Amino acid sequence: MIFEHFPILIPISLLLGAMVSAPVGIWKRKLTYPIALLASSVALFFSAIGLVYVLNTGTHHYYLGNWIPPIGIEYVVDSLSAFVVLIVNGIGFFVMIYSHKSLEREMPGKEVPFHTVALLFLAGLSGMVVTGDLFNLYVFLEISSLSAYALVSVGQKRAPVAAFRYLMLGTIGASFYLLGIGFLYLDTGSLNMLDNAKIIPLLSEKGLVLVSLTLIIVGIGLKMAMFPLHLWLPDAYTYAPSVGSAYLAPIATKVSAYVMIRILFAVFNPEFVSKYYNFTDVIAWLSAVGILWGSIMAIAQNDYKRMLAYSSISQIGYIGLGIGLANPLGFIGAVLHILNHALMKATLFLVNGNIFYRFGTTSIPMFDEKLRKKLPYTTAAFTIAALSMIGIPPTAGFFSKWYLVLASVDKNNWIFVIVIGLSSLLNLIYFFRIIEKLYITKKSDITTNEDVRMNEVPISMLVPTLWFSILVIVLGIFNAYIVDYILKLAIPSGMI
Amino acid sequence: MTDYFIGHVAYYFIILLLIIGLWGMLFKRNLLKKLIGMNILQSSIILFYVVSASKYNATVPVLNPKLKVIEPSQYINPLPHTLMLTAIVVSVATTGVALALLIVIYKRFNTLDENELLEKMK
Amino acid sequence: MNSYYSLIPFYAVIVSLVGAILILISSRKPNLREFWTIGAAIIKFVLVLSLIPEFLKGNLAQCDILSIASGISLAFRVDGLGLFFATVASGLWIVTSFYSIGYMRGLSEKKQTRYFASFAVALSATMGVAFAANLVTFVLFYEILTISTYPLVIHKETPEAISAGRKYLAYTLSAGVILIIAIGWIYILTGNVEFHVNGILKTANISSTQLTTLFILLIIGTGVKAAIIPLHSWLPSAMVAPTPVSALLHAVAVVKAGVFGVLRVVVYVLGFDLLQTSGLWKILAGFSATTIIIASLIAFTQDNLKRRLAYSTIAHLSYIVLGVALLNQTAFLGGILHLAAHATLKITLFFVAGAIYVKTHIENISEMDGIGYQMPITMGAFTIGALGLAGIPPLNGFVSKFMLINGTINSGSWMFIIIFLISGLLNAGYFFPIIYRAFFIRSGKFCTIKEASLYMLVPIMVTAGLSLLFGLFPDIFFNLYHIAQITSSEVVNKIVVNINQVLSIGL
Repeated sequence: MIFEHFPILIPISLLLGAMVSAPVGIWKRKLTYPIALLASSVALFFSAIGLVYVLNTGTHHYYLGNWIPPIGIEYVVDSLSAFVVLIVNGIGFFVMIYSHKSLEREMPGKEVPFHTVALLFLAGLSGMVVTGDLFNLYVFLEISSLSAYALVSVGQKRAPVAAFRYLMLGTIGASFYLLGIGFLYLDTGSLNMLDNAKIIPLLSEKGLVLVSLTLIIVGIGLKMAMFPLHLWLPDAYTYAPSVGSAYLAPIATKVSAYVMIRILFAVFNPEFVSKYYNFTDVIAWLSAVGILWGSIMAIAQNDYKRMLAYSSISQIGYIGLGIGLANPLGFIGAVLHILNHALMKATLFLVNGNIFYRFGTTSIPMFDEKLRKKLPYTTAAFTIAALSMIGIPPTAGFFSKWYLVLASVDKNNWIFVIVIGLSSLLNLIYFFRIIEKLYITKKSDITTNEDVRMNEVPISMLVPTLWFSILVIVLGIFNAYIVDYILKLAIPSGMI
Repeated sequence: MTDYFIGHVAYYFIILLLIIGLWGMLFKRNLLKKLIGMNILQSSIILFYVVSASKYNATVPVLNPKLKVIEPSQYINPLPHTLMLTAIVVSVATTGVALALLIVIYKRFNTLDENELLEKMK
Repeated sequence: MNSYYSLIPFYAVIVSLVGAILILISSRKPNLREFWTIGAAIIKFVLVLSLIPEFLKGNLAQCDILSIASGISLAFRVDGLGLFFATVASGLWIVTSFYSIGYMRGLSEKKQTRYFASFAVALSATMGVAFAANLVTFVLFYEILTISTYPLVIHKETPEAISAGRKYLAYTLSAGVILIIAIGWIYILTGNVEFHVNGILKTANISSTQLTTLFILLIIGTGVKAAIIPLHSWLPSAMVAPTPVSALLHAVAVVKAGVFGVLRVVVYVLGFDLLQTSGLWKILAGFSATTIIIASLIAFTQDNLKRRLAYSTIAHLSYIVLGVALLNQTAFLGGILHLAAHATLKITLFFVAGAIYVKTHIENISEMDGIGYQMPITMGAFTIGALGLAGIPPLNGFVSKFMLINGTINSGSWMFIIIFLISGLLNAGYFFPIIYRAFFIRSGKFCTIKEASLYMLVPIMVTAGLSLLFGLFPDIFFNLYHIAQITSSEVVNKIVVNINQVLSIGL
């Protein structure tokens, strides 16, 4: 059955799409978009198949070219990776639908390279998720990063500089990761994750492993924009084209967070990283600081996109906090927040794209009632996502916070509980600032009394936006099923 | 102690390279110099892998009577070296992307100096 | 009490959500839109009423809708307290809907669709709060209630309205966060968040420090909406909202949801026993008693009619809280009855304030000289409301206050009896000058003013009439008195507050 090959088919279909779409696009430009969409939908299809398959038959080990690990490269899809890869391709597919019209407006004539790079980006991310090999992960990491730099660089005037900075820090992160697995390889003689998981507990001398773990955490932390390694993020998100940041923000950092989870809890084990050595505590505390710092910086921003960038830092902090708590509830909170934040940020960045499409700017001071009258559905989508960011039930954002609160209480760490609560209120400030502007008629507008007609963005942009915002509510209400049937299976063994 | 030092001299060199590379990336004003720093950093890591798998009086793990291998420890683990082929490709690609970015930046701002860039971007 | 499976409580919650969607869809056709509002209100009321007969037979409707968080379900359970609150709120929604139509059209306000849709959502949330079977369901609707009333508070979109809205959100959402944290803690401690007559925490093995902290968190979490001083200051500011909002939400739905939350927390989460043995009831009783006196005194200083009513509301909400804090069956019964009594009385007063505003654009008491001559029915209703709140028979305010005082006597807390009596006098003190101005000071400035439209006048008469009827025959409609009685007797009544303890606070 071809379905058994789904782990490789997901990245391959995207890679193939990228390879085909570029030459075909040079020949006939109009064909690029359908090809890219086809590739992305095939990847989405196989991701969905993968999740069903894994839930029915358990973890799927796929040996590339039938080489048995640790000699060959192994792809492992368990419920966690199937879940994350579905998020990646789900977001990717709908953003790709969205990107067509937005690109026509923002960078006419550059659709071919953009779609190709976007496919490469998704391929890299999907590969990072499904692979079970540490070096293979590095390769996919670099594929996704290089395409991410490209996605950023085609944006506004300052974008290349932001992209260059991103490239510098990203390369440092990747190099640290490479160095880290080098050390690990020296000690264990294997690059296979599961193999390493078996060998590491047997080592009598842990020094080398500790160095390697530290290097990997710093490296992945940079990619994930974990506080205080987030410096590349605000500029990159702000100056990227709106579609570029819509690709980047929801999934790029989340996949790195997933890698962090994998390395900490699957390659190493929860006891090792939280009990014997306090890696997770450091991550949790840094994330807690990041949550507050990101929220406070977000309040200070005047540009909608930049505000979202800082809010991303704070939201990544939630994921980091869940990872750092290193208990089952924290794990659930972190992984659920990967999903929730992906949806919320996708909505918010697509809203950003819509506003930019109609108004050519996303500066918050110019937001007013006219914007709502012109873009009523976009505004509604924004409101839902904003409520979810604040954490109002029954939107999705509430529930990941709920699990994180439970996890913090369970750990008896009240400071984290306070941080989560406080950050909700800070989110309230910076989102209601905008909601007020959008919904309240200004006195000056009444006097001018001009009739603003509804003028929504094209349907191919509107539908993805609304789709994500509806998912924010629906997946919020049905989160328990995700948690019970998918995430609980994925809780790493040895986590108490 | 001396033996230890001499035995690991390659690693000290690599650490030195790594620090030079990082320092260049973080503190050099010129973006091109940053890029060179990045290349030094990547080279140091490549060297690290290569050194870690190098061995005197040893040869490739091929079962060939001409090589006169008596015991398995005379084989070299080829994996780190092959991995580095990939890493070199990645590093070249990264350099390529970075250079492309630098060209765009220079065209737009007419400078590669970080301070001047910040000045011009205001 | 037995329980049976029924989706009626779920429908009662959902009907006005559907209504809200229909209202949004038909925003261009005001008549159709208003039809949806009225329709949803009537269906909701009928659904709630249909639960009463089974309840009186001793059967509780119950349903699990879905699993809302791992291990916790979105569940509804119709117990006496919830049913009582739901009946009051949904019944008064019908009246308020008519009044709203009159008010909004009378002032030709803008953004009426948003107004009616938010109103419908708020009522859904109120039903959800009333019927919630566990703390998570409760807090879910509690937060929806907060968000859905925000557009109503800022409806006028003046700078004052906007800052009132901010204040409102800051207070209520902070409280929401605190409540959620407390609930999470309870869940971790006990693994259970279902409401229970004896409280959730009784069986749990928790230290007294934990209990005290939990108590404080829970009371702050619910107390903000219940406007216990010092958590009250959002309520007077929120009076910038249109009057029907103040009437239904800031006299019935929102603040009562807060009080209802306090009752839920005190009785069904912490439990009477636990509060009794730990002595924590003293804190709650002390704060609510202080609130009664201080709020009544502040009410004297307010010239704006609605603000005066707001402070009076704060005082009366604390009646209910004090009723439950005394941990005594009769006082608890009085508290529950006061929930309904204050609702009909205060809504009448707010309706009157709104009617005056629509006709004259006057909000200050000092300008209302002689208005009673032009609007006799309206001001007559106002008189009934004021008398009722002062606790004068034969109005329903008397019944509930009588029960409250009775319970207080039973428990021997003389201190609190005095507070109730003083507060009755203060009520009279700040309401009677208004009646005096209206009827006994002649002034020619209103000679062109007539009574408000029937849309507004009828609701005023209805609520005033209800206050009178419930005062004369407490059990006349829907067996409300009976429901309250069952509810209060369910809660263990063996506890008698020790006199010495009371004296110790009294002194």
